[in-house]
Formats: sequence, structure tokens, C-alpha cells
Amino acid sequence: MTAKTLYDKIWDAHLAHEAEDGTCLLYIDRHLVHEVTSPQAFEGLRMAGRKVRAPEKTIAVPDHNVPTTIDRETGITNEESRIQVEALDTNARDFGINYYPVSDIRQGIVHIVGPEQGWTLPGMTVVCGDSHTATHGAFGALAHGIGTSEVEHVLATQTLIQKKSKNMKVEITGKLRPGVTAKDITLAVIGKTGTAGGTGHVIEYCGEAIRALSMEGRMTVCNMAIEGGARAGLIAPDETTFEYVMGRPHAPKGAQWEAALAWWKTLYTDEGAHFDKVVTIKGEDIAPVVTWGTSPEDVLPITGKVPAPEDFTGGKVEAARRSLDYMGLEPGTPLSEIPVDAVFIGSCTNGRIEDLRAAAEILKGRKIAEGVRGMVVPGSGLVRAQAEEEGLAEIFEAAGFEWRLAGCSMCLAMNPDQLAPQERCASTSNRNFEGRQGFKGRTHLMSPAMAAAAAVTGKLTDVRELM
Amino acid sequence: MDKFTTLTGIAAPLPLINVDTDMIIPKQFLKTIKREGLGINLFDEMRYDADGNENEDFVLNKPAYREAKILVAGDNFGCGSSREHAPWAIKDFGIRCVIAPSFADIFYNNCFKNGILPIALPQEDVDKLMDDAERGANAIITVDLESQTITGPDGGEISFEIDAFKKHCLLNGLDDIGLTLEKASAIDAFEAQAAQSRPWV
Repeated sequence: MTAKTLYDKIWDAHLAHEAEDGTCLLYIDRHLVHEVTSPQAFEGLRMAGRKVRAPEKTIAVPDHNVPTTIDRETGITNEESRIQVEALDTNARDFGINYYPVSDIRQGIVHIVGPEQGWTLPGMTVVCGDSHTATHGAFGALAHGIGTSEVEHVLATQTLIQKKSKNMKVEITGKLRPGVTAKDITLAVIGKTGTAGGTGHVIEYCGEAIRALSMEGRMTVCNMAIEGGARAGLIAPDETTFEYVMGRPHAPKGAQWEAALAWWKTLYTDEGAHFDKVVTIKGEDIAPVVTWGTSPEDVLPITGKVPAPEDFTGGKVEAARRSLDYMGLEPGTPLSEIPVDAVFIGSCTNGRIEDLRAAAEILKGRKIAEGVRGMVVPGSGLVRAQAEEEGLAEIFEAAGFEWRLAGCSMCLAMNPDQLAPQERCASTSNRNFEGRQGFKGRTHLMSPAMAAAAAVTGKLTDVRELM
Repeated sequence: MDKFTTLTGIAAPLPLINVDTDMIIPKQFLKTIKREGLGINLFDEMRYDADGNENEDFVLNKPAYREAKILVAGDNFGCGSSREHAPWAIKDFGIRCVIAPSFADIFYNNCFKNGILPIALPQEDVDKLMDDAERGANAIITVDLESQTITGPDGGEISFEIDAFKKHCLLNGLDDIGLTLEKASAIDAFEAQAAQSRPWV
């Protein structure tokens, strides 16, 4: 028997049809839906008189547009946002799909709600009209983002037309040093491979440093597989995974749990399986990192300096020049001397309980620097409740942070949470693109602990100095 | 879906790598519940200043390129989010073909669902077409999907690769969902078998 990768195994288990030219129909186990990329898809179903084929496997939650202020229960003031969220309310009701409305404590960012509620399970295929669907790969599920036309296709047929991607292995060996987190791993990988390094591939993350991560950390790593260009990121399920999943509302129970577990334990890459591309990084070589430019590949250790365009080759020279101009940075400036105006802690990358604990650990007994605006946006209502129970909310508020309700918030700034032009933000989100957090806003990506450190000193800071 | 057979028109040069979907269509325009009308906001933050006036320097604002039907760009075009609003905006502007050394995966797939042809070519071919595109209205380019060729203003031909199934759908303007529903019995059979082997799903 041919040795298979984890990706090969999940793919084979979901192949509903294969045409002679290799075009496949891949069966989809879970379809997550949010308000921004779905209205046109539901409209398409209506116009064609089609139904949702498997409403019980379809889960919707509004997250991108929802305000995160406490007064949101009185309604969304931005009319377009309100219409989009109302459209999701209507579509969820009309098509009979699972739904967590804004008023439900379980509401939150779709990629946090799915795992939290046990919808995401090992060995599944998971899609969503959102590129950060890669997050669910942390469970050993094949999970990737799709466009709205494909959302409609999955709603109508529960399948996707696909060609198989190549296999890529990213191994993080050994142990991480103190102050280095899952976010630093995933940024360091993109820094090494580039934003197109994974194009056409599904990445399997492995190695001792990955095994040692919690599920929260693994979700952070897989979440940014898309920033490395990969279709999906995967981590083979193990005891850490099974422990996280067990007892969740939609996880299997009793005999079904045992049957599921038996299959999940077969979900690993066989000895000798072929990878088309292999990247290996030593865990101890990874430092706390930040981004300096407007692409997630613009990664450097916090101990580094702003590079010059001439440090690069090809199209990157002009791209770096443009980035530095946009970011308002001078080559040669130590990264740790860059002042920040705002700090954002949240997003599907770093809005889980462990992220909030890591940030609170740094903020405990400290205050946010004068003139800096800080915002913590939990990834779901349940994360928020747990953080309040653990006393984290008090730490954030005592430090001077705003303690918000759940949503995507300033990760993409579709709701009122936005940077002003030229405002500079230390952010735990996933993209530092031009205008991402607000028109002409400037984003530096980093881990929650690093963002908390920046809040305390008012500039990009090596968190190890505050530990 | 609109067919794509041949396309002849002006190509606009955008010699930037990593053009992301936030650049193509910023998030404030994702609040629509329609597919149409996004062309005016294509490349919004590069195309307009803070007061909404056109930036003269941006390629699509230059007289020679206002009617461009083809875009020639740098590596990793369309990286970032899955928003189909990006190809919707490109198409609504009037561009039906994007040529670059490489594309981000989701954007690339989204193009085909909207009658847009994304063509990945070796860097040297893109460089040649970028030079042609710099000549503006004096450089008309023809793209022929059937023969998989691009003909430049000087008559030189460049051939390109494309997946046979995607080509077939684009040439005939086929609806994916309709095609898949023809295979409903295969999906039914798979579902029945999966209900036995993985009943917890």
C-alpha cells in the first residue's frame, strides 16, 4: 500500500466523484457561513429555486460587521451593515440552518465558534466563505476558504469542484524559547517561505514544537496558512485534540465517540509518504517577531532594524519602497523604537482564551502607556465570559484597555472599530495590508504578549524585557 | 455565467507584486448584498484620495487606460481574503483578463466563476506584456482562450496553460452548480456510505 500523507487520507475519504481529467467532487462535512460573503449565494439559490442540501451541516454566525460595543443590542446603526446582518437572520431562518444570532452568548468569530461548539472535528472537510477557514486545520480537518460562488455551490450540492493540491511539510523541531508563541511560529514560517511559498499546496505542520502547542496555539498556526499562500494548513490530531473536542456540544458521544476516536487515531502521515516541498525551522531559532511592512512576509525579530529596499531583489525592491512609505518608516530604525498609537488584541488568529491569558499576564499590575488606545475583543461571547470569570477582564480594564463584545472588529475594520489615517497599531490580527485596519492605518502584526508589551511601553517592545 | 472566448483590448500595467484583495476592493465595499456596481471602487484606495478625487498617477485614471480590458500585474496577484467582490469589481470595471506570474489560489478560482480569465505566465513573458501595456492605447492585446494564445501589438504570440475543465466551462459559460447536480446520484451514494462509516458527522 502506498504511504499517504494526512492530506491524502482526508481527501480520499471525501472523494464523491472523480472525472477522467482529474476534476473531483469533494464532499463537505461542515459549511460555516457569515454575513459578508453569503447574501449573494442565498440569493442565487432563491433565483434558481434550490434548497440547502444539508442544512444540519451548515452553521451561520454574524461576525464581520457587528459592533463590539456594549450598546449593540439596541441595533446596528450603519445601515449597510445592519441590512447584511438582517439578511443572514432571514436566510438562516428561511433555509433552516444552524444559527447563532448577535444576541446569543455563543456568537463570535465563525472560526472560533465552530471549534468551540464542537462542529469542527478531526478528519472533516470544512469550508467557509472566508480565507481564515484554514484555522480548523488545527484539528486535522481539511479546511479552506472559498468564494461566494462556491458558497452557493456547497449550499446547493454539499460538494466542491476541486483538483488536488500538492503536499508541503513544515516542521518546527525542538522547543520554543521563553516569550516565543504560536504566532511567532506562524509569522516566522511566512517570513521564510514568503506569501506565495505555499501556493498550490496544503501544508502539514509537524515537529516537536507543534506537538507541544495547545489547540489554541495550533489554531493560530493554521489560521495564517493562507497568509503563506497555502490552500490549507493541517496538524495531525492527537491526545491534545481529543481532549479539547470531548464533551463539546456537537462532538460525538458514547459509542459514536469511540468509533470516531478509532478513526481519528488513523489520521497521521504514514512513514515514507511523499511531500512535494519541505521546510524545516529549529524552534530555538525563532524569536518574538513583528512585521514592518504591508505584507505578512515582512517579518523580523523584534531585535532587528527596519530594512532598506536595496536589501531585497526583484519586484520586492519596489514593494519594500512602497511599504516603507506607507508605513512611514526609515530604514535602519530599530524596530523597538517604533512608537504605537493603538493596540488591538483579538481576531480569529488570537482571540481565544489562551491569547487573552498571555496578554493579561504581561498587563497584570501595569498600565497602558499614555496616549495609546487599547482594545481587547474576545473571539466569542463564551471566551468573553470565561475571561471575566478568570479575572482577565479586570486586568485589561485596570490597565486601561477597552473590554469589548465578540466579533472580527479591527482585524478588518468593517465595523466602527478602525484606525485613523497614519495611526499605528500593534495588532494580534493576521493582515498588515494597506488600509486593512482603516484608511491609511498602519499595522504591525505580533503575538498577544508582544501587543500587550507594546501597550505598556508605547512602542514595539521585546516582551522578554517585561517577563 | 458569461462566456469567455476571445478578448481584444487595451492592457493596463500594474507592476506591483502581492496585490492583495484589500487593495482590489477595500472592506467598506463588502457590505453590499449584490454582485454589481463595484467597478467604481476597484482599487479604491490607490485610485482616489481621501476626498474622493481621482489620483492622476494611478494607471486606471490615465486617459489611455480608462477603457482597459486586460490587467498585467506582478507576482502573487489576488492574495489575501476570499472575497469574490474582488473579481466582481474587476469585471464591473470592464476588465475580463488578468495576466501575472502567479495568482493566489482562492482569487484564481473565483475569477473562473465570473467569466474572468486569469493567465499565469513566466516572468519574462509578463515583463514583455508589461512593456507592451506601458504603450497604452497604442498597444492592443488579443487573448484567445480556444487556442490558448496571447497576441501582442507587434504580432508576437505567447501561449499559456489552463486547466481543461476550467477552459471548457469558461468557453461555454457553464454553470458549475448545474454541472454538479448532474452527478447527484454520485453525491447521494457517497452520503449514504459516509452515514455508515462516519455516522458522527
